Amino acid sequence: MAMLNIRNLTVRFATATGSFTAVDGIDVHVDSREVLAIVGESGSGKSVSMLAVMGLLPDTATITADEMTYDGRDLLHLSGPERRKLIGREITMIFQEPIASLNPSFTVGFQIEEVLRINLGMTKAQARARALELFKAVGIPAPEEKLNAYPHQMSGGQCQRVMIAMAIASKPRLLIADEPTTALDVTIQKQILDLLMDLQEEYGMALILITHDMGVVAETADRVVVQYKGKKMEEADVLSLFEAPQHPYTRALLSALPENATGDRLPTVSDFFQSEAAR
Amino acid sequence: MFRFILSKLLYLIPTFLGITIIAFSFPRLLAGDPVLLMAGERGVTPERHAELSAQLGFDRSLPVQYLEFLGRLLHGDFGNSLVTKKPVLTEFLALFPATLELGFVAIVIATLIGVPVGVLAAIKRGSWFDQISMTSALVGFSMPIFWWGLLLIIFFSGFLGWTPVSGRISLMYYFPNVTGFMLIDSLLSGQKGAFASALSHLILPSVVLATIPLAVIARQTRSAMLEVMGEDYVRTARAKGMPQRRVIGVHALRNAMIPVITTIGLQIGVLMAGAILTETIFSWPGIGKWMIDSISRRDYPVVQSGLLLTAAMVMIVNLLVDLTYGLINPRIRNK
Amino acid sequence: MSDAIAKTPEGKLSDAAIRRRMLTEFWFYFSQNKGAVVGLVVFILMVIIALTATLIAPHDPTMQYRDALLLPPVWQEGGRAEFLLGTDPVGRDMLSRLIYGSQYSLFIGIVVVSIALVGGIVIGLIAGFFGGWIDMVIMRVMDIILAFPSLLLALVLVAILGPGLTNAMIAIAIVYQPHFARLTRAAVMGEQKRDYVSAARVAGAGNLRLMFRTILPNCLAPLIVQATLSFSSAVLDAAALGFLGMGAQPPAAEWGTMLAEAREFIQRAWWVVTFPGLAILISVLAINLMGDGLRDALDPKLKRS
Repeated sequence: MAMLNIRNLTVRFATATGSFTAVDGIDVHVDSREVLAIVGESGSGKSVSMLAVMGLLPDTATITADEMTYDGRDLLHLSGPERRKLIGREITMIFQEPIASLNPSFTVGFQIEEVLRINLGMTKAQARARALELFKAVGIPAPEEKLNAYPHQMSGGQCQRVMIAMAIASKPRLLIADEPTTALDVTIQKQILDLLMDLQEEYGMALILITHDMGVVAETADRVVVQYKGKKMEEADVLSLFEAPQHPYTRALLSALPENATGDRLPTVSDFFQSEAAR
Repeated sequence: MFRFILSKLLYLIPTFLGITIIAFSFPRLLAGDPVLLMAGERGVTPERHAELSAQLGFDRSLPVQYLEFLGRLLHGDFGNSLVTKKPVLTEFLALFPATLELGFVAIVIATLIGVPVGVLAAIKRGSWFDQISMTSALVGFSMPIFWWGLLLIIFFSGFLGWTPVSGRISLMYYFPNVTGFMLIDSLLSGQKGAFASALSHLILPSVVLATIPLAVIARQTRSAMLEVMGEDYVRTARAKGMPQRRVIGVHALRNAMIPVITTIGLQIGVLMAGAILTETIFSWPGIGKWMIDSISRRDYPVVQSGLLLTAAMVMIVNLLVDLTYGLINPRIRNK
Repeated sequence: MSDAIAKTPEGKLSDAAIRRRMLTEFWFYFSQNKGAVVGLVVFILMVIIALTATLIAPHDPTMQYRDALLLPPVWQEGGRAEFLLGTDPVGRDMLSRLIYGSQYSLFIGIVVVSIALVGGIVIGLIAGFFGGWIDMVIMRVMDIILAFPSLLLALVLVAILGPGLTNAMIAIAIVYQPHFARLTRAAVMGEQKRDYVSAARVAGAGNLRLMFRTILPNCLAPLIVQATLSFSSAVLDAAALGFLGMGAQPPAAEWGTMLAEAREFIQRAWWVVTFPGLAILISVLAINLMGDGLRDALDPKLKRS
């Protein structure tokens, strides 16, 4: 029995011009302490399905699934208070735009202490001390000073570290990272990924890593789900996916990696469509 | 922050000079000779005309006249009313508390109702509450307040007989002027019923004056909340498992308030315009009524200085709003 | 929607087709907002009433029926069928005066917005296009005008120019004009950095052509929204001036002026006060509803949500 189990998840958005299906019959499962990568280009619905798990989709979204359970608990029909016992405590999430993901009107210290005080019932002083530990754990330089900083006074990499610190504050069992490095400089990307992997190990969490970067997948994941236009294309453990990709779309993604390029032109995923159309 | 304040202050100087130029030009542009206006209906001999001209400084070159005008302003000399012969500044200061009290109560009403209504409408977007409150807001925004005031008088004063039609307090009460605010002074006087009388005089005019700002604030709050609730950091707050109350009341509201406070501040100018109409309808002895009376009596020193003082006041309020904006927005505060 | 568009042989959309598609898209978003459609219908009705006033008004709006002073509306006791909404203190038919009043309001709105719009666009274009000290001076002057409460400044301007409808309209237009100037300037400054402007400049377009043919059409959307808002404010402010005795002068059937004349009768004859104000409210509300719809339809930021 997997920790997170999703069967036949569909998410539709009502728009001014009609209904739009973002996720179309996806199955996903994650075991504890496992690192799962969900790969796909933008618009493939990979974030939407995880936002559905978190209950973070707007009211315009309609979510249906045969099953969506965490530890056997049904996530589809949770009341607000029941959901909050899981979300932000046992399941946490970090996002693509770290600076925009932090509230510009409050110090980052306030924002992490808030989690500690409200979710874990700490006093102000306890929360302050624990926040400092967490900031050290995620490698924020001059952590005491940074507790009093506002997001706009910090770099993107530092903000993502703050987000990670908030996400691990309650020692979650599952951390969902939605393109955590996409908005960052290349040099910082590696550091953040390493940090996530270290923490995953240390805390014994499961990690779902949403990414469009096959390179990231190769370095981190145990298992991979490839998604395209809201549908699952392929699912495999990471070795067999890279050794023998089954689906033409996966092959297209892999051949789009610069190091796999042959000839003088980088292949693109649209080559996949041309070969599809030619068939 | 200090540089922010300084730049705002420096920015004000040319605007303020511009306002003095407009005020200075006013009597000189006025249809009709100000000297004749001052002399009144009996008319003057040419000698007396020249003498008055010299006395008023109209015989010198315009730049000289302007500098003299500025000099007098710096000494607090805003001229004398043609009608009452009293210094304009004295009259302004005597009447200003009445307008301030009315405006203050109006803006408090508008804010205390407008902000919660806007927040609720945004949270329950598309609901009955949203539709009804936003339709009402648009009606309020479209309201000719001089008519609205008359309707309220017909209903509450005429039909129900609940509220008085005009003035600030019933004539049977008399007490010393301590703060200039009738609500406070009536309480201080300790006379029975004085506060109730002041309040019953204040309620209709302040509701009328609050109508348009209330509508604007409610609409602005709603759209600011809607915008903020789509931001990534609100999603983060939810992802952290914060209760809905806290997500909206702390994370969203704090950021939505930044544009709303600007809007509230900008309503001060709207209030001054509204005060002219409201005070006229309710015979409220404040700046607005004083200005409109002076315009129709062609009491040009009053109009000139009243214009200047009102604009200066609006400008100062706008400055305070800008500074508040800097205070509540960390992105500016910590530059 | 795009499937139905006619294409020229080269596969490019013809100008007419582009315009048609923009209109279709505009109408799609505008009609999403039911209030806006209601506003539009009421506004069209108002225009029809104003245009056909001479035909549909039952009486001459200035004709005083000495035998019918302060008659109540027909459904109230003492009302007469020939005066559906009653008569005013000097025996003029309320309904006819209200009908003719719509002419004033529309006329005021159109004149004020035209003057303010044209003036504001020219000033804003000059400021935004030339920048530097010209921009500085112009924008400071605009700030100064905006520092005054609009109605107060309009009142003072009328005091200078003399009371009357024409002067009231000029005064209101002067007071509104800075809003248009600011919007135009901001839009011009934003657009000027775009490539299509540089391209036109390189192609040898003159300053005037650049300003009016290249840049202006691309910053129309906020101006249209502001124009609608100003139209309704102009109707309100002109009525307020009329109410204060500084706008249209009696016996003009202008709604604000009618209210001023009716003030002393508020305790005895509710209809002389209620109807003119209601007319102002309905027309201003209709225009504001339209303005909201226009903003939704023209603001690309709100479109795709």
